[in-house]
Amino acid sequence: MNAKLTPMVRALSVKKSYGSNEVLKSINLTVHQGEVLCLLGPSGSGKSTFLRCINHLEGIDGGRIYVGDELMGYRQVGDVLYELHSKDIAKQRQSIGMVFQRFNLFPHLTALENVIEAPIGVAGIARQDAIAKAESLLAKVGLKDKANEYPSQLSGGQQQRVAIARALAMEPKLMLFDEPTSALDPELVGDVLDVMRDLAKSGMTMIVVTHEIGFAREVADTVVFMDQGVVVESGNPKEVLDNPREARTKAFLNSVL
Amino acid sequence: MQNTEPGNQHDIVARPLRHPGRIIAAVVITAILAWLVWSLISAPTVNHEIIFKYLFDPLILQGAALTVWLTVLSMAIATILATTLAVMKLSENVLLRIIASAYIEFFRGTPLLLQIVFWGYLGIIFPNIIIGIPFSNVVFFNQPTSVVITSFAAGLIALSLNEAAYSAEIVRAGILSVDSGQSEAAKSLGMSGWYTMRRIVLPQAMRVILPPMGNETISMLKSTSLLAVIAVTELYTTATQISSQNLAQIELLVVAAFWYLVMNTILGFPQRYLERRFGRGFTPQGGGLTRTTRVWSSKPKQTKAGASDER
Repeated sequence: MNAKLTPMVRALSVKKSYGSNEVLKSINLTVHQGEVLCLLGPSGSGKSTFLRCINHLEGIDGGRIYVGDELMGYRQVGDVLYELHSKDIAKQRQSIGMVFQRFNLFPHLTALENVIEAPIGVAGIARQDAIAKAESLLAKVGLKDKANEYPSQLSGGQQQRVAIARALAMEPKLMLFDEPTSALDPELVGDVLDVMRDLAKSGMTMIVVTHEIGFAREVADTVVFMDQGVVVESGNPKEVLDNPREARTKAFLNSVL
Repeated sequence: MQNTEPGNQHDIVARPLRHPGRIIAAVVITAILAWLVWSLISAPTVNHEIIFKYLFDPLILQGAALTVWLTVLSMAIATILATTLAVMKLSENVLLRIIASAYIEFFRGTPLLLQIVFWGYLGIIFPNIIIGIPFSNVVFFNQPTSVVITSFAAGLIALSLNEAAYSAEIVRAGILSVDSGQSEAAKSLGMSGWYTMRRIVLPQAMRVILPPMGNETISMLKSTSLLAVIAVTELYTTATQISSQNLAQIELLVVAAFWYLVMNTILGFPQRYLERRFGRGFTPQGGGLTRTTRVWSSKPKQTKAGASDER
Protein backbone atom coordinates (compact mmCIF):
# COMPACT_ATOMS: atom_id res chain seq x y z
CA MET A 1 0.00 0.00 0.00
CA ASN A 2 1.55 3.27 -1.09
CA ALA A 3 -1.53 5.44 -0.54
CA LYS A 4 -1.22 8.25 1.99
CA LEU A 5 -4.41 7.56 3.82
CA THR A 6 -6.21 10.85 3.38
CA PRO A 7 -9.54 10.12 1.72
CA MET A 8 -10.27 12.38 -1.27
CA VAL A 9 -13.49 10.81 -2.47
CA ARG A 10 -15.85 8.80 -0.32
CA ALA A 11 -18.93 7.26 -1.85
CA LEU A 12 -21.27 5.77 0.75
CA SER A 13 -24.06 3.49 -0.53
CA VAL A 14 -24.67 5.68 -3.57
CA LYS A 15 -27.92 4.89 -5.38
CA LYS A 16 -29.20 6.28 -8.64
CA SER A 17 -32.19 5.35 -10.80
CA TYR A 18 -33.66 6.56 -14.04
CA GLY A 19 -37.35 5.84 -13.55
CA SER A 20 -37.58 2.18 -12.65
CA ASN A 21 -34.12 1.46 -13.99
CA GLU A 22 -31.68 1.24 -11.08
CA VAL A 23 -28.31 2.31 -12.52
CA LEU A 24 -26.30 2.41 -9.30
CA LYS A 25 -27.14 -0.03 -6.53
CA SER A 26 -25.38 1.05 -3.36
CA ILE A 27 -21.87 1.88 -4.48
CA ASN A 28 -19.24 2.11 -1.74
CA LEU A 29 -15.86 3.37 -2.71
CA THR A 30 -12.96 5.39 -1.31
CA VAL A 31 -10.22 7.13 -3.26
CA HIS A 32 -7.27 8.46 -1.29
CA GLN A 33 -5.28 11.54 -2.05
CA GLY A 34 -2.74 10.98 -4.82
CA GLU A 35 -4.36 7.70 -5.79
CA VAL A 36 -5.32 6.68 -9.34
CA LEU A 37 -8.45 4.58 -9.54
CA CYS A 38 -9.52 2.95 -12.77
CA LEU A 39 -13.15 2.00 -13.24
CA LEU A 40 -13.66 -0.91 -15.62
CA GLY A 41 -16.80 -2.62 -16.73
CA PRO A 42 -19.06 -3.36 -19.67
CA SER A 43 -21.11 -0.52 -21.13
CA GLY A 44 -24.26 0.10 -19.14
CA SER A 45 -22.56 -0.98 -15.93
CA GLY A 46 -23.06 2.48 -14.41
CA LYS A 47 -19.41 3.54 -14.30
CA SER A 48 -19.87 6.74 -16.31
CA THR A 49 -23.01 7.60 -14.35
CA PHE A 50 -21.11 7.13 -11.11
CA LEU A 51 -18.36 9.45 -12.36
CA ARG A 52 -20.93 12.11 -13.26
CA CYS A 53 -22.47 11.79 -9.80
CA ILE A 54 -19.17 12.65 -8.16
CA ASN A 55 -19.21 16.24 -9.46
CA HIS A 56 -23.01 16.34 -9.25
CA LEU A 57 -23.62 16.53 -13.01
CA GLU A 58 -26.18 13.91 -12.02
CA GLY A 59 -27.98 14.04 -8.70
CA ILE A 60 -28.10 10.87 -6.62
CA ASP A 61 -31.15 9.23 -5.09
CA GLY A 62 -29.52 7.69 -2.05
CA GLY A 63 -26.29 7.65 -0.08
CA ARG A 64 -23.64 10.34 0.17
CA ILE A 65 -20.66 11.44 -1.88
CA TYR A 66 -17.91 13.40 -0.16
CA VAL A 67 -15.08 15.07 -2.04
CA GLY A 68 -12.48 16.17 0.47
CA ASP A 69 -14.60 17.08 3.47
CA GLU A 70 -17.47 18.42 1.41
CA LEU A 71 -20.76 16.63 0.85
CA MET A 72 -21.51 17.01 -2.84
CA GLY A 73 -24.71 18.82 -3.77
CA TYR A 74 -26.18 19.04 -0.28
CA ARG A 75 -25.72 20.48 3.15
CA GLN A 76 -26.44 18.21 6.06
CA VAL A 77 -27.62 19.54 9.39
CA GLY A 78 -28.28 16.70 11.79
CA ASP A 79 -30.30 14.22 9.79
CA VAL A 80 -31.77 16.79 7.44
CA LEU A 81 -30.37 17.35 3.93
CA TYR A 82 -30.70 20.75 2.28
CA GLU A 83 -30.23 21.07 -1.45
CA LEU A 84 -27.38 23.45 -2.25
CA HIS A 85 -27.87 26.55 -4.37
CA SER A 86 -26.52 26.09 -7.90
CA LYS A 87 -23.87 28.71 -7.13
CA ASP A 88 -22.52 26.61 -4.28
CA ILE A 89 -22.55 23.47 -6.42
CA ALA A 90 -20.64 25.41 -9.09
CA LYS A 91 -18.14 26.35 -6.39
CA GLN A 92 -17.71 22.69 -5.40
CA ARG A 93 -17.13 21.73 -9.05
CA GLN A 94 -14.30 24.24 -9.43
CA SER A 95 -11.94 21.94 -7.57
CA ILE A 96 -12.95 18.87 -9.60
CA GLY A 97 -11.66 18.64 -13.16
CA MET A 98 -13.50 16.54 -15.69
CA VAL A 99 -12.48 15.20 -19.08
CA PHE A 100 -15.17 13.90 -21.42
CA GLN A 101 -15.27 11.15 -24.00
CA ARG A 102 -16.31 13.65 -26.71
CA PHE A 103 -13.79 16.31 -25.50
CA ASN A 104 -16.50 19.02 -25.37
CA LEU A 105 -14.05 21.81 -26.13
CA PHE A 106 -15.71 25.15 -26.78
CA PRO A 107 -15.57 25.30 -30.60
CA HIS A 108 -15.89 29.09 -30.81
CA LEU A 109 -12.75 29.60 -28.74
CA THR A 110 -9.11 28.86 -29.59
CA ALA A 111 -7.18 26.29 -27.58
CA LEU A 112 -5.71 29.03 -25.39
CA GLU A 113 -9.08 30.74 -24.94
CA ASN A 114 -10.60 27.39 -23.95
CA VAL A 115 -8.00 27.05 -21.21
CA ILE A 116 -8.22 30.62 -19.83
CA GLU A 117 -12.02 31.00 -19.92
CA ALA A 118 -12.81 29.48 -16.53
CA PRO A 119 -9.74 30.80 -14.64
CA ILE A 120 -10.61 34.37 -15.71
CA GLY A 121 -14.40 34.19 -15.66
CA VAL A 122 -14.95 31.84 -12.73
CA ALA A 123 -11.86 31.95 -10.53
CA GLY A 124 -11.22 35.65 -11.18
CA ILE A 125 -7.56 35.29 -12.08
CA ALA A 126 -5.93 38.23 -13.88
CA ARG A 127 -5.81 37.74 -17.65
CA GLN A 128 -2.01 37.96 -17.87
CA ASP A 129 -1.54 35.31 -15.19
CA ALA A 130 -4.18 33.07 -16.74
CA ILE A 131 -2.47 33.26 -20.14
CA ALA A 132 0.94 32.50 -18.66
CA LYS A 133 -0.50 29.53 -16.79
CA ALA A 134 -2.40 28.31 -19.87
CA GLU A 135 0.71 28.50 -22.02
CA SER A 136 2.68 26.40 -19.58
CA LEU A 137 -0.19 23.88 -19.38
CA LEU A 138 -0.42 23.65 -23.17
CA ALA A 139 3.34 23.13 -23.27
CA LYS A 140 2.95 20.40 -20.68
CA VAL A 141 0.47 18.51 -22.87
CA GLY A 142 2.73 19.05 -25.90
CA LEU A 143 0.60 21.64 -27.69
CA LYS A 144 2.50 24.87 -27.18
CA ASP A 145 2.37 25.69 -30.90
CA LYS A 146 -1.37 25.01 -31.19
CA ALA A 147 -2.46 27.70 -28.71
CA ASN A 148 -4.15 29.83 -31.34
CA GLU A 149 -5.83 27.06 -33.29
CA TYR A 150 -9.54 26.40 -33.03
CA PRO A 151 -10.67 22.92 -31.90
CA SER A 152 -11.85 22.07 -35.42
CA GLN A 153 -8.25 22.52 -36.60
CA LEU A 154 -6.95 19.97 -34.11
CA SER A 155 -6.98 16.18 -34.22
CA GLY A 156 -9.03 14.27 -31.66
CA GLY A 157 -5.98 13.49 -29.59
CA GLN A 158 -4.89 17.12 -29.59
CA GLN A 159 -8.40 18.24 -28.64
CA GLN A 160 -8.46 15.82 -25.73
CA ARG A 161 -5.10 17.10 -24.50
CA VAL A 162 -6.40 20.69 -24.66
CA ALA A 163 -9.42 19.49 -22.67
CA ILE A 164 -7.07 18.08 -20.02
CA ALA A 165 -5.17 21.38 -19.92
CA ARG A 166 -8.49 23.24 -19.62
CA ALA A 167 -9.49 21.14 -16.62
CA LEU A 168 -6.06 21.51 -15.00
CA ALA A 169 -6.17 25.30 -15.35
CA MET A 170 -8.66 25.43 -12.48
CA GLU A 171 -6.06 23.71 -10.27
CA PRO A 172 -8.36 20.86 -9.29
CA LYS A 173 -7.63 18.53 -6.39
CA LEU A 174 -9.34 15.69 -8.23
CA MET A 175 -9.56 14.76 -11.91
CA LEU A 176 -12.37 12.69 -13.42
CA PHE A 177 -11.81 11.04 -16.81
CA ASP A 178 -14.86 9.66 -18.63
CA GLU A 179 -13.52 7.25 -21.27
CA PRO A 180 -11.00 9.85 -22.43
CA THR A 181 -9.62 7.76 -25.28
CA SER A 182 -12.73 5.94 -26.50
CA ALA A 183 -13.49 8.45 -29.26
CA LEU A 184 -9.93 8.56 -30.57
CA ASP A 185 -8.27 6.91 -33.53
CA PRO A 186 -5.97 4.17 -32.22
CA GLU A 187 -2.77 5.97 -33.18
CA LEU A 188 -3.78 9.06 -31.16
CA VAL A 189 -4.54 7.21 -27.92
CA GLY A 190 -0.90 7.02 -26.84
CA ASP A 191 -0.34 10.79 -26.61
CA VAL A 192 -3.37 11.25 -24.38
CA LEU A 193 -2.40 8.32 -22.14
CA ASP A 194 1.13 9.77 -21.85
CA VAL A 195 -0.28 13.03 -20.55
CA MET A 196 -2.46 11.15 -18.06
CA ARG A 197 0.49 9.03 -16.95
CA ASP A 198 2.55 12.18 -16.25
CA LEU A 199 -0.36 13.65 -14.36
CA ALA A 200 -0.63 10.52 -12.22
CA LYS A 201 3.11 10.66 -11.49
CA SER A 202 2.78 14.29 -10.38
CA GLY A 203 0.50 13.07 -7.60
CA MET A 204 -2.90 14.06 -8.96
CA THR A 205 -5.86 12.14 -7.56
CA MET A 206 -7.59 10.59 -10.56
CA ILE A 207 -10.67 8.51 -11.27
CA VAL A 208 -10.53 7.08 -14.77
CA VAL A 209 -13.34 5.27 -16.54
CA THR A 210 -11.52 3.39 -19.27
CA HIS A 211 -11.30 0.36 -21.51
CA GLU A 212 -7.50 0.65 -21.68
CA ILE A 213 -6.53 -2.38 -19.62
CA GLY A 214 -2.83 -1.75 -20.25
CA PHE A 215 -3.08 1.75 -18.84
CA ALA A 216 -5.00 0.50 -15.81
CA ARG A 217 -2.41 -2.19 -15.14
CA GLU A 218 0.46 0.26 -15.37
CA VAL A 219 -0.87 3.44 -13.76
CA ALA A 220 -3.74 2.53 -11.46
CA ASP A 221 -3.29 2.07 -7.73
CA THR A 222 -6.71 0.51 -7.54
CA VAL A 223 -8.86 -1.12 -10.18
CA VAL A 224 -12.60 -1.35 -9.66
CA PHE A 225 -14.72 -3.62 -11.79
CA MET A 226 -18.38 -2.64 -12.04
CA ASP A 227 -21.29 -4.50 -13.60
CA GLN A 228 -25.02 -3.80 -13.52
CA GLY A 229 -24.70 -1.00 -11.01
CA VAL A 230 -22.63 -2.79 -8.39
CA VAL A 231 -18.93 -3.00 -7.59
CA VAL A 232 -18.13 -6.60 -8.43
CA GLU A 233 -14.48 -6.60 -7.51
CA SER A 234 -11.79 -4.13 -6.53
CA GLY A 235 -8.18 -4.25 -5.51
CA ASN A 236 -4.73 -3.57 -6.85
CA PRO A 237 -4.42 -4.02 -10.62
CA LYS A 238 -2.40 -7.23 -10.44
CA GLU A 239 -5.02 -9.00 -8.36
CA VAL A 240 -8.04 -7.82 -10.29
CA LEU A 241 -6.61 -7.98 -13.81
CA ASP A 242 -4.41 -11.07 -13.55
CA ASN A 243 -6.19 -13.16 -10.95
CA PRO A 244 -9.82 -12.06 -10.94
CA ARG A 245 -11.89 -13.85 -8.32
CA GLU A 246 -15.31 -13.19 -9.77
CA ALA A 247 -16.68 -14.96 -12.83
CA ARG A 248 -18.11 -11.73 -14.26
CA THR A 249 -14.70 -10.02 -14.07
CA LYS A 250 -13.09 -12.98 -15.81
CA ALA A 251 -15.69 -12.95 -18.57
CA PHE A 252 -15.26 -9.22 -19.11
CA LEU A 253 -11.47 -9.35 -19.19
CA ASN A 254 -11.56 -12.24 -21.64
CA SER A 255 -13.84 -10.27 -23.96
CA VAL A 256 -11.64 -7.15 -23.82
CA LEU A 257 -8.17 -8.67 -24.05
CA MET B 1 -0.80 17.67 -47.27
CA GLN B 2 -0.77 14.82 -49.71
CA ASN B 3 -0.91 15.68 -53.37
CA THR B 4 -1.78 12.32 -54.78
CA GLU B 5 -5.43 12.79 -55.79
CA PRO B 6 -5.99 11.92 -59.44
CA GLY B 7 -7.99 15.16 -59.86
CA ASN B 8 -4.80 17.20 -59.71
CA GLN B 9 -3.39 15.68 -62.87
CA HIS B 10 -6.16 16.92 -65.20
CA ASP B 11 -5.95 13.87 -67.41
CA ILE B 12 -9.51 14.25 -68.70
CA VAL B 13 -9.71 16.35 -71.86
CA ALA B 14 -13.30 16.32 -73.07
CA ARG B 15 -15.63 18.69 -74.90
CA PRO B 16 -18.07 20.17 -72.38
CA LEU B 17 -21.67 19.00 -72.56
CA ARG B 18 -23.88 21.61 -74.29
CA HIS B 19 -26.89 23.06 -72.53
CA PRO B 20 -29.05 24.76 -75.22
CA GLY B 21 -32.05 24.92 -72.86
CA ARG B 22 -30.18 27.16 -70.46
CA ILE B 23 -29.24 29.63 -73.18
CA ILE B 24 -32.81 29.82 -74.49
CA ALA B 25 -34.19 30.35 -70.97
CA ALA B 26 -31.68 33.12 -70.28
CA VAL B 27 -32.53 34.93 -73.53
CA VAL B 28 -36.29 34.71 -72.94
CA ILE B 29 -36.09 35.93 -69.35
CA THR B 30 -33.76 38.79 -70.25
CA ALA B 31 -36.14 39.88 -73.01
CA ILE B 32 -39.15 39.86 -70.67
CA LEU B 33 -37.27 41.82 -68.02
CA ALA B 34 -36.04 44.38 -70.55
CA TRP B 35 -39.58 44.85 -71.82
CA LEU B 36 -40.91 45.33 -68.27
CA VAL B 37 -38.26 47.88 -67.35
CA TRP B 38 -38.75 49.69 -70.63
CA SER B 39 -42.53 49.90 -70.21
CA LEU B 40 -42.07 51.33 -66.75
CA ILE B 41 -39.52 53.91 -67.91
CA SER B 42 -41.37 54.89 -71.07
CA ALA B 43 -44.84 55.05 -69.50
CA PRO B 44 -46.14 58.56 -70.30
CA THR B 45 -47.96 58.62 -66.96
CA VAL B 46 -44.70 58.45 -64.99
CA ASN B 47 -42.89 61.75 -64.66
CA HIS B 48 -39.18 61.08 -64.26
CA GLU B 49 -38.36 64.62 -63.30
CA ILE B 50 -40.56 64.34 -60.23
CA ILE B 51 -38.82 61.11 -59.25
CA PHE B 52 -35.40 62.74 -59.44
CA LYS B 53 -36.64 65.88 -57.75
CA TYR B 54 -37.85 63.98 -54.69
CA LEU B 55 -35.17 61.30 -54.57
CA PHE B 56 -32.96 63.49 -52.37
CA ASP B 57 -35.67 65.68 -50.94
CA PRO B 58 -34.86 66.57 -47.28
CA LEU B 59 -38.25 65.33 -46.12
CA ILE B 60 -37.76 61.98 -47.84
CA LEU B 61 -34.26 61.66 -46.39
CA GLN B 62 -35.59 62.49 -42.92
CA GLY B 63 -38.28 59.86 -43.38
CA ALA B 64 -35.65 57.31 -44.45
CA ALA B 65 -33.51 58.21 -41.42
CA LEU B 66 -36.50 57.69 -39.13
CA THR B 67 -37.16 54.34 -40.78
CA VAL B 68 -33.59 53.23 -40.08
CA TRP B 69 -33.79 54.53 -36.51
CA LEU B 70 -37.07 52.68 -35.91
CA THR B 71 -35.66 49.47 -37.40
CA VAL B 72 -32.49 49.58 -35.30
CA LEU B 73 -34.27 50.46 -32.06
CA SER B 74 -37.10 47.97 -32.41
CA MET B 75 -34.73 45.15 -33.46
CA ALA B 76 -32.50 45.93 -30.46
CA ILE B 77 -35.42 45.90 -28.02
CA ALA B 78 -36.94 42.83 -29.70
CA THR B 79 -33.66 40.88 -29.52
CA ILE B 80 -33.26 41.48 -25.78
CA LEU B 81 -36.90 40.60 -25.16
CA ALA B 82 -36.68 37.57 -27.47
CA THR B 83 -33.63 36.18 -25.64
CA THR B 84 -35.46 36.60 -22.34
CA LEU B 85 -38.53 34.84 -23.75
CA ALA B 86 -36.42 32.02 -25.21
CA VAL B 87 -34.66 31.44 -21.89
CA MET B 88 -38.05 31.55 -20.13
CA LYS B 89 -39.45 29.00 -22.54
CA LEU B 90 -36.50 26.69 -21.86
CA SER B 91 -36.72 27.24 -18.10
CA GLU B 92 -37.63 24.54 -15.61
CA ASN B 93 -40.22 26.87 -14.09
CA VAL B 94 -43.63 25.90 -15.50
CA LEU B 95 -45.15 29.34 -14.94
CA LEU B 96 -42.34 31.07 -16.85
CA ARG B 97 -42.77 28.58 -19.70
CA ILE B 98 -46.51 29.20 -19.86
CA ILE B 99 -46.12 32.98 -19.78
CA ALA B 100 -43.53 32.93 -22.57
CA SER B 101 -45.63 30.58 -24.71
CA ALA B 102 -48.76 32.69 -24.19
CA TYR B 103 -46.87 35.84 -25.13
CA ILE B 104 -45.55 34.26 -28.30
CA GLU B 105 -48.99 32.84 -29.21
CA PHE B 106 -50.68 36.18 -28.68
CA PHE B 107 -48.27 38.40 -30.59
CA ARG B 108 -47.84 35.97 -33.46
CA GLY B 109 -51.53 35.20 -33.59
CA THR B 110 -52.84 38.71 -34.14
CA PRO B 111 -52.07 40.96 -37.14
CA LEU B 112 -49.24 43.45 -36.75
CA LEU B 113 -51.42 46.19 -38.22
CA LEU B 114 -54.01 45.59 -35.53
CA GLN B 115 -51.34 45.75 -32.82
CA ILE B 116 -50.00 49.02 -34.19
CA VAL B 117 -53.44 50.61 -34.16
CA PHE B 118 -54.01 49.29 -30.64
CA TRP B 119 -50.88 50.95 -29.26
CA GLY B 120 -51.73 54.09 -31.20
CA TYR B 121 -55.14 54.22 -29.51
CA LEU B 122 -53.86 53.31 -26.05
CA GLY B 123 -54.81 56.78 -24.85
CA ILE B 124 -58.49 56.01 -25.44
CA ILE B 125 -58.36 52.94 -23.16
CA PHE B 126 -56.10 54.47 -20.53
CA PRO B 127 -56.38 58.27 -20.71
CA ASN B 128 -53.72 58.70 -18.00
CA ILE B 129 -50.63 56.73 -17.13
CA ILE B 130 -50.33 56.54 -13.37
CA ILE B 131 -47.52 54.85 -11.51
CA GLY B 132 -48.02 54.44 -7.80
CA ILE B 133 -48.73 51.85 -5.15
CA PRO B 134 -51.97 50.02 -5.99
CA PHE B 135 -54.93 50.41 -3.59
CA SER B 136 -53.38 53.46 -1.94
CA ASN B 137 -53.13 57.17 -2.61
CA VAL B 138 -49.40 57.14 -3.24
CA VAL B 139 -48.68 58.33 -6.80
CA PHE B 140 -45.20 58.78 -8.23
CA PHE B 141 -46.16 59.61 -11.80
CA ASN B 142 -49.34 60.82 -13.48
CA GLN B 143 -49.38 62.04 -17.08
CA PRO B 144 -51.82 61.93 -19.99
CA THR B 145 -51.10 58.89 -22.14
CA SER B 146 -50.82 60.96 -25.31
CA VAL B 147 -47.90 62.88 -23.79
CA VAL B 148 -45.96 59.80 -22.68
CA ILE B 149 -46.72 57.52 -25.61
CA THR B 150 -46.26 59.59 -28.72
CA SER B 151 -47.06 58.00 -32.06
CA PHE B 152 -43.34 57.24 -32.41
CA ALA B 153 -43.31 55.46 -29.03
CA ALA B 154 -46.51 53.58 -29.87
CA GLY B 155 -45.01 52.43 -33.17
CA LEU B 156 -41.78 51.40 -31.49
CA ILE B 157 -43.64 49.41 -28.83
CA ALA B 158 -45.85 47.70 -31.39
CA LEU B 159 -42.98 46.67 -33.66
CA SER B 160 -40.70 45.54 -30.79
CA LEU B 161 -43.29 43.47 -28.96
CA ASN B 162 -44.45 41.78 -32.16
CA GLU B 163 -40.94 41.09 -33.41
CA ALA B 164 -39.89 39.68 -30.02
CA ALA B 165 -42.45 36.90 -30.42
CA TYR B 166 -40.97 35.77 -33.74
CA SER B 167 -37.35 36.25 -32.69
CA ALA B 168 -37.91 34.31 -29.47
CA GLU B 169 -38.46 31.13 -31.47
CA ILE B 170 -35.34 31.83 -33.54
CA VAL B 171 -33.24 32.34 -30.42
CA ARG B 172 -34.72 29.23 -28.81
CA ALA B 173 -33.86 27.14 -31.87
CA GLY B 174 -30.33 28.57 -31.72
CA ILE B 175 -29.90 27.66 -28.07
CA LEU B 176 -31.23 24.15 -28.68
CA SER B 177 -28.77 23.70 -31.56
CA VAL B 178 -25.82 23.85 -29.14
CA ASP B 179 -24.68 20.40 -28.04
CA SER B 180 -25.56 19.60 -24.41
CA GLY B 181 -21.94 18.53 -23.86
CA GLN B 182 -21.05 22.21 -24.00
CA SER B 183 -23.10 23.07 -20.92
CA GLU B 184 -21.78 19.97 -19.16
CA ALA B 185 -18.19 20.99 -19.83
CA ALA B 186 -19.00 24.51 -18.62
CA LYS B 187 -20.66 23.14 -15.47
CA SER B 188 -17.70 20.88 -14.75
CA LEU B 189 -15.45 23.96 -14.81
CA GLY B 190 -17.61 25.61 -12.16
CA MET B 191 -19.41 28.04 -14.45
CA SER B 192 -22.82 29.26 -13.33
CA GLY B 193 -25.89 28.82 -15.52
CA TRP B 194 -26.02 32.47 -16.54
CA TYR B 195 -22.28 32.61 -17.27
CA THR B 196 -22.56 29.46 -19.37
CA MET B 197 -25.44 30.94 -21.34
CA ARG B 198 -23.63 34.23 -21.96
CA ARG B 199 -20.12 33.00 -22.71
CA ILE B 200 -20.55 29.46 -24.04
CA VAL B 201 -24.04 28.75 -25.36
CA LEU B 202 -25.23 32.04 -26.89
CA PRO B 203 -22.01 32.75 -28.86
CA GLN B 204 -22.39 29.32 -30.48
CA ALA B 205 -26.13 29.74 -30.94
CA MET B 206 -25.45 33.00 -32.84
CA ARG B 207 -24.32 30.97 -35.83
CA VAL B 208 -27.82 29.52 -36.13
CA ILE B 209 -29.63 32.68 -35.00
CA LEU B 210 -28.00 35.22 -37.32
CA PRO B 211 -29.23 34.20 -40.79
CA PRO B 212 -32.95 34.19 -39.88
CA MET B 213 -32.46 37.34 -37.79
CA GLY B 214 -31.11 39.03 -40.92
CA ASN B 215 -34.36 38.10 -42.58
CA GLU B 216 -36.30 39.52 -39.65
CA THR B 217 -34.38 42.80 -39.86
CA ILE B 218 -35.19 43.17 -43.55
CA SER B 219 -38.80 42.37 -42.77
CA MET B 220 -38.77 44.92 -39.94
CA LEU B 221 -37.40 47.67 -42.17
CA LYS B 222 -40.38 47.19 -44.45
CA SER B 223 -42.90 46.74 -41.61
CA THR B 224 -42.10 50.23 -40.35
CA SER B 225 -44.17 51.46 -43.31
CA LEU B 226 -47.26 50.12 -41.52
CA LEU B 227 -46.77 52.90 -38.97
CA ALA B 228 -48.37 55.16 -41.57
CA VAL B 229 -51.70 54.25 -39.93
CA ILE B 230 -50.69 56.04 -36.73
CA ALA B 231 -48.95 58.89 -38.57
CA VAL B 232 -45.32 58.18 -37.70
CA THR B 233 -43.43 60.25 -40.28
CA GLU B 234 -41.18 57.47 -41.56
CA LEU B 235 -40.31 57.01 -45.23
CA TYR B 236 -43.59 55.61 -46.56
CA THR B 237 -45.75 58.08 -44.59
CA THR B 238 -43.63 61.00 -45.80
CA ALA B 239 -43.83 59.81 -49.41
CA THR B 240 -47.61 59.45 -49.28
CA GLN B 241 -48.01 62.80 -47.53
CA ILE B 242 -46.06 64.50 -50.32
CA SER B 243 -47.99 62.68 -53.03
CA SER B 244 -51.32 63.60 -51.48
CA GLN B 245 -50.39 67.20 -52.19
CA ASN B 246 -48.75 66.97 -55.61
CA LEU B 247 -50.77 63.94 -56.77
CA ALA B 248 -47.63 62.19 -58.07
CA GLN B 249 -48.46 58.92 -56.31
CA ILE B 250 -46.49 56.53 -58.53
CA GLU B 251 -43.41 58.75 -58.62
CA LEU B 252 -43.21 58.98 -54.84
CA LEU B 253 -43.77 55.25 -54.47
CA VAL B 254 -40.79 54.74 -56.78
CA VAL B 255 -38.75 57.13 -54.61
CA ALA B 256 -39.74 55.24 -51.45
CA ALA B 257 -39.09 51.86 -53.07
CA PHE B 258 -35.64 53.04 -54.13
CA TRP B 259 -34.67 53.96 -50.58
CA TYR B 260 -36.11 50.77 -49.07
CA LEU B 261 -34.00 48.78 -51.54
CA VAL B 262 -30.87 50.80 -50.83
CA MET B 263 -31.28 50.43 -47.07
CA ASN B 264 -31.91 46.71 -47.24
CA THR B 265 -28.89 46.21 -49.47
CA ILE B 266 -26.71 48.08 -46.99
CA LEU B 267 -28.09 45.92 -44.16
CA GLY B 268 -26.47 42.90 -45.81
CA PHE B 269 -22.97 44.11 -44.91
CA PRO B 270 -23.18 44.02 -41.12
CA GLN B 271 -25.06 40.73 -41.54
CA ARG B 272 -22.16 39.14 -43.40
CA TYR B 273 -19.63 40.60 -40.96
CA LEU B 274 -21.51 39.19 -37.97
CA GLU B 275 -21.91 35.78 -39.60
CA ARG B 276 -18.17 35.63 -40.19
CA ARG B 277 -17.43 36.83 -36.67
CA PHE B 278 -19.57 34.16 -35.03
CA GLY B 279 -18.60 31.52 -37.57
CA ARG B 280 -15.06 31.52 -36.20
CA GLY B 281 -13.91 28.04 -35.37
CA PHE B 282 -16.78 26.46 -37.32
CA THR B 283 -15.49 26.64 -40.90
CA PRO B 284 -14.26 23.32 -42.30
CA GLN B 285 -10.67 24.00 -41.35
CA GLY B 286 -11.18 25.99 -38.17
CA GLY B 287 -10.82 29.73 -38.55
CA GLY B 288 -10.33 29.51 -42.29
CA LEU B 289 -6.73 30.56 -41.76
CA THR B 290 -5.04 27.47 -43.10
CA ARG B 291 -7.46 26.59 -45.83
CA THR B 292 -5.71 24.89 -48.70
CA THR B 293 -6.19 26.78 -51.93
CA ARG B 294 -5.67 25.13 -55.26
CA VAL B 295 -4.15 26.98 -58.15
CA TRP B 296 -5.96 26.05 -61.33
CA SER B 297 -4.28 28.39 -63.80
CA SER B 298 -1.64 27.12 -66.25
CA LYS B 299 -1.81 23.57 -64.94
CA PRO B 300 -4.40 22.27 -67.44
CA LYS B 301 -2.17 23.33 -70.35
CA GLN B 302 0.68 21.23 -69.06
CA THR B 303 -1.45 18.14 -68.67
CA LYS B 304 -3.07 18.66 -72.06
CA ALA B 305 0.38 18.61 -73.58
CA GLY B 306 1.20 15.55 -71.51
CA ALA B 307 -1.97 13.82 -72.65
CA SER B 308 -1.25 14.43 -76.33
CA ASP B 309 2.30 13.18 -75.88
CA GLU B 310 0.89 9.91 -74.71
CA ARG B 311 -1.05 9.53 -77.90
